[in-house]
Amino acid sequence: MNKEPIAKNELNRCRKKGLLSPSAKENLRIYWYKFSRNKLSVLGLFIVLISIFLAIFAPVVSRYPQHVKEFVDYEKANLPPSASYFFGTDIFGRDIFTRVIFSFRGALLMSVIVLSIAVPIGVLLGLIAGYYNGTWIDIIIMRLTDVFLALPPLILALAIAAVLKPNLTSSMIAVTAMWWPWYTRLVYGMATALSKEYFVKNAELIGASRFHILFNEILPNCLSPIFTKMALDVGWVILIGASLSFVGLGEQPPTPAFGQMISDGARYMPDLWWMTIFPALAIAFIILGFNFFGDGIRDMLDRGR
Amino acid sequence: MLLYISKRLFQGVFVVVGISILIFIISRVVPGDPARMALGPRAPQYAVDELRREMHLDKPLPVQYCYWFSGVIRGDFGKSINTKRPVMADVKEFLPATIELALFSGFLFIFFSIILGLLAARYRDTWVDGIIRALSYTGIAVPAFVVAVILMLLFGYVWPIIPVLGRLSSDITAPPVITGLITVDSLATGNFTAFFDALKHLLLPSLALAVGPLFQEARILRSSLTDNMGKEYISVATGYGISGSVIMRKYLLKPSFIPVVSVMGLDFASLMGNAFLVERIFNWPGISRYGINAMLNKDLNAISAVIVIFGAIFIVVNIIVDLIVASLDPRIRLGGK
Repeated sequence: MNKEPIAKNELNRCRKKGLLSPSAKENLRIYWYKFSRNKLSVLGLFIVLISIFLAIFAPVVSRYPQHVKEFVDYEKANLPPSASYFFGTDIFGRDIFTRVIFSFRGALLMSVIVLSIAVPIGVLLGLIAGYYNGTWIDIIIMRLTDVFLALPPLILALAIAAVLKPNLTSSMIAVTAMWWPWYTRLVYGMATALSKEYFVKNAELIGASRFHILFNEILPNCLSPIFTKMALDVGWVILIGASLSFVGLGEQPPTPAFGQMISDGARYMPDLWWMTIFPALAIAFIILGFNFFGDGIRDMLDRGR
Repeated sequence: MLLYISKRLFQGVFVVVGISILIFIISRVVPGDPARMALGPRAPQYAVDELRREMHLDKPLPVQYCYWFSGVIRGDFGKSINTKRPVMADVKEFLPATIELALFSGFLFIFFSIILGLLAARYRDTWVDGIIRALSYTGIAVPAFVVAVILMLLFGYVWPIIPVLGRLSSDITAPPVITGLITVDSLATGNFTAFFDALKHLLLPSLALAVGPLFQEARILRSSLTDNMGKEYISVATGYGISGSVIMRKYLLKPSFIPVVSVMGLDFASLMGNAFLVERIFNWPGISRYGINAMLNKDLNAISAVIVIFGAIFIVVNIIVDLIVASLDPRIRLGGK
């Protein structure tokens, strides 16, 4: 029964000689090395962690959580940034800092929900279309994708959000509806190439089920571009969401959202500049963070380098 | 080449039909009766029924679509609930302003991204390159509507040297409408005061639209230039003693522009989307502002018209981009793999 330690030593020896693939721990170290070679990726990771932390603990971190609901305190209105109100207060006396943090929360929630619906749909359709390359299934799916991709993204989202009721759910539906085709096209190209590979042909000959071929043979080989695109897309979803809420198609007041805060504040420029500038900086901060993070993920999952 | 163009055009037509179906579905998903919405809540029931028959709303959906699409082909999108006019008349009035804005903004970002890209590649890894890189990150992170608001603040209040609202100052008479683009019309009629005034009004909105893509494209041009500089055929050409400017023009720039042109096509799409917000901020009387007002008021006929038109414009732009790429890249042009 004490064979185990010997076997483990043997394994480690082989690993050191490079005879075996690296262990999970070593893998992690390699990934971290690749990720952290670019300092900006580390900065991105840092920003992403901060924003996730702020989003989850928003009611604890912010000093005036009641300010995201219907709240009026005209005595404290229009205050410039100070020690008690970091980003100042708006025309109703609400703390901008608190509202920015809660906007982070809404924005992150939106991108998580949108991506977790749009990505599986897009990937599934791309896999199917790529595997059944050249058949009518491929033609239907890919032409449908073409139609969705033939409209500038923001316009389609605006149109869908506009015909629905203006609220956060509608804007999520709108963004999801325009987001899946990008994944379909991404996976389609890879799945088409992969389905001609020998390992897929082998699986077919052995008699593996279609399900097995799609999800156990083809899908694992498409994962790293999908994850890279997802990491980059979080920032884009937040940006599109902010654009929707800027014109009033999104989270409705009093619940704060970035676009809505900027458009409200723009009316009181330049006297109450803090009402606009801080939410704008916050958007830039979070989008930049996710972009750097996404670049890092790309470097990390890139096998070539 | 001709085969390639006709193939792309055929695909384009197909996609436009697809877009029209999509728009039709979106506009019919809306709860509520379009006839009732057009007449208002106090209209008598028989009038609503009459209108329903007139609008073919009593027929099954595919038949409704056929009626609607045959109207669209003839340029008849129905009446706008907002302006109480035929949508096509509104489009004719507002579309030129947006085209003028998009063209000028496209010119800005193409011109400056090429210059900045060349500069960054020429002085790579110096402070020039560093500044352009930092600005390209800003371009990614700051949405166009925020740039617009900031420009508005800067030039509207802090330093009011450039007009921030509308297409022309109120004291200047507009030139007669020929193309609808005020800059072109005023030049054609020799009205230079109107021309410069229109140009000044164009500057800020188009800058707000161009800033984002501008620096990113400069970065892409820079990296594809530096990639190609390392290629062997450049060393060979230098070895033959071919002069630097010929190498630059003939061997270096042409392949380097291929990725840039493709990205410019994509960026033009985001530019058209962002125009919806920027026109609203600068009160630019274009089709995007019209479209966003239609969206906020659920004016379905106007929404469908705006989207079909933008889809068609985008497809044409894509075909143009593909043609430019094909003319730059013989592998695509000759159909090889």
